[in-house]
Amino acid sequence: MKITDEMIDYIGALSRLKLQDEEKESAKEEMEKIINYMDILGKLDTEGVEAMSHAFPVKNVFREDVVMPSTDREIITANAPKSKDGSFVVPKTIG
Amino acid sequence: MEFLTTLGLEVHCELSTATKIFCSCTTEFGGEPNTHVCEICTGMPGTLPVLNKQVVEYAIRTGLATNCEITQYNKFDRKNYFYPDLPKAYQVSQLYLPICQNGHIDIEVNGVKKAIRIKEIHMEEDAGKLIHDEATGMTMVDYNRCGVPLLEIVSEPDFENGEEVIAYLTKLKSILQYIGVSDCKMEQGSLRADVNLSVRPIGQTELGTRTEMKNINSFRAIARAIEGERKRQIEVITTGGKIIQETRRWDDNKGESFAMRSKENAQDYRYFPEPDLVPVEISDEWIERVKGELPELPEAKKTRYLEEYKLPEYDVEIITGSKFLVDIFEKAFEVCGEAKEVSNWIMVEVLRMATETATDVEDIAFDAANLGKLINLVKAKVINRGTAKDVFEKMFTENVDPEKYVKENGLEMMNDDGAVLAIVKSVIENNPKAVGEFKGGSQKVKAFLVGQCMKQLKGKADPATVNVLMAEELEKV
Repeated sequence: MKITDEMIDYIGALSRLKLQDEEKESAKEEMEKIINYMDILGKLDTEGVEAMSHAFPVKNVFREDVVMPSTDREIITANAPKSKDGSFVVPKTIG
Repeated sequence: MEFLTTLGLEVHCELSTATKIFCSCTTEFGGEPNTHVCEICTGMPGTLPVLNKQVVEYAIRTGLATNCEITQYNKFDRKNYFYPDLPKAYQVSQLYLPICQNGHIDIEVNGVKKAIRIKEIHMEEDAGKLIHDEATGMTMVDYNRCGVPLLEIVSEPDFENGEEVIAYLTKLKSILQYIGVSDCKMEQGSLRADVNLSVRPIGQTELGTRTEMKNINSFRAIARAIEGERKRQIEVITTGGKIIQETRRWDDNKGESFAMRSKENAQDYRYFPEPDLVPVEISDEWIERVKGELPELPEAKKTRYLEEYKLPEYDVEIITGSKFLVDIFEKAFEVCGEAKEVSNWIMVEVLRMATETATDVEDIAFDAANLGKLINLVKAKVINRGTAKDVFEKMFTENVDPEKYVKENGLEMMNDDGAVLAIVKSVIENNPKAVGEFKGGSQKVKAFLVGQCMKQLKGKADPATVNVLMAEELEKV
């Protein structure tokens, strides 16, 4: 499958990324490789094999509904590029 | 040109679990920004979510109460989108195998019964809150709500008008409250509805392009949003325009909707199975146990109240329409055993006081057992109805115990007929003019004389007794 300029622009927009022209070119190349690999996998005969989403046969891992103390917000916001009065601060988003 | 409207609803309901869906932070509403958060619900690298069992339990309960099939093999999926309300840049949701499927809720509008089909109910996590700071032009992010468990209840597009939507939401809300999975406080956002709407000319079989209006948080606003958006779409089409598939924001103050963003297609969310959470398998035994523990639902309760208590249909409709009124009814009934009396008190005094004090039915705080006690006091002729109403107001606003309150304030009726008789006699003696008029044939005057007695008795006598004594004494004059 060929990755077109439109596809790269679209995926970039969904990911909120502004790509330079040379970045687009290398991304196109890499994505094409990934998709082509999927094509190889797609050739395998999976008739009668059930789709799986997890590698381990583990199920029903639960937690009881009991409140534990939260983390100090000074710690939580410590690595944020910007915070104010306990809130994370980000560039203006569309309301 | 005449148009048909097609409406579907996505209802988001915050579950009343104590903790979030994937971590042990509290779900309590409010709190200072980012004080109910941890490494997991803020999406720190290297953390792993662990599913809250109660969420699954509540989801099964909701599915059974809305006639759904329970999906026994469940998985979670990642819904990817970049917006700062979700720190992980994806929302954990269920796309491929939602926990409940193919249900329905029965509604009735203007005497016509109709089933609204439920396509699916899935479990997911709520997002954080963004507050736009005008002063700095920046956006402040609070993740207290991030990770609060949600059920998204998706209906089929079975509604024809706003009335049906309101009937469905009212019923859904009452079911969710009955089964105790959510407080459904719309003003706190624990019940939110997205409306999908399209119109098409009569005769056209293909559905029109739909728009989605998000997070409308009152029933009345929903009705207005539906009417407003329907008109807008018809106007666009009849003036030769085209409807664009998009998300719109309903501004209830302006009475208009505004385009927010072009609606992503499902593929734009690049869903994929959530690798951090293992599958959930729900056994037959689990489903059976939850089924066995389901409380009596509104429909069944309504039928029982009509048959067992012979209450008027309208009263039953109102009372069983709200879990909170049902709680008051059942608690008061348990104390006094007078269904009709309890129902009357609820329909008249409880609802009147709720309106007068601007209290939502769910926030009525008095102990309903006290209503039963109050009814018993009237029944035993300890107080009369007039006094009972005054006592009730105190009960409603200050949650006083009526038995104690009546005693402490000396409100008991005078059950000593001798004392009442003395007052009747003195009133006759002191009102010769009125007595003369009565003798002249005026019946009205008797009511005046009884009123005078009640005044002197400070309302603490049985008016019926006073009436009888007054009639007897007047005969003798």
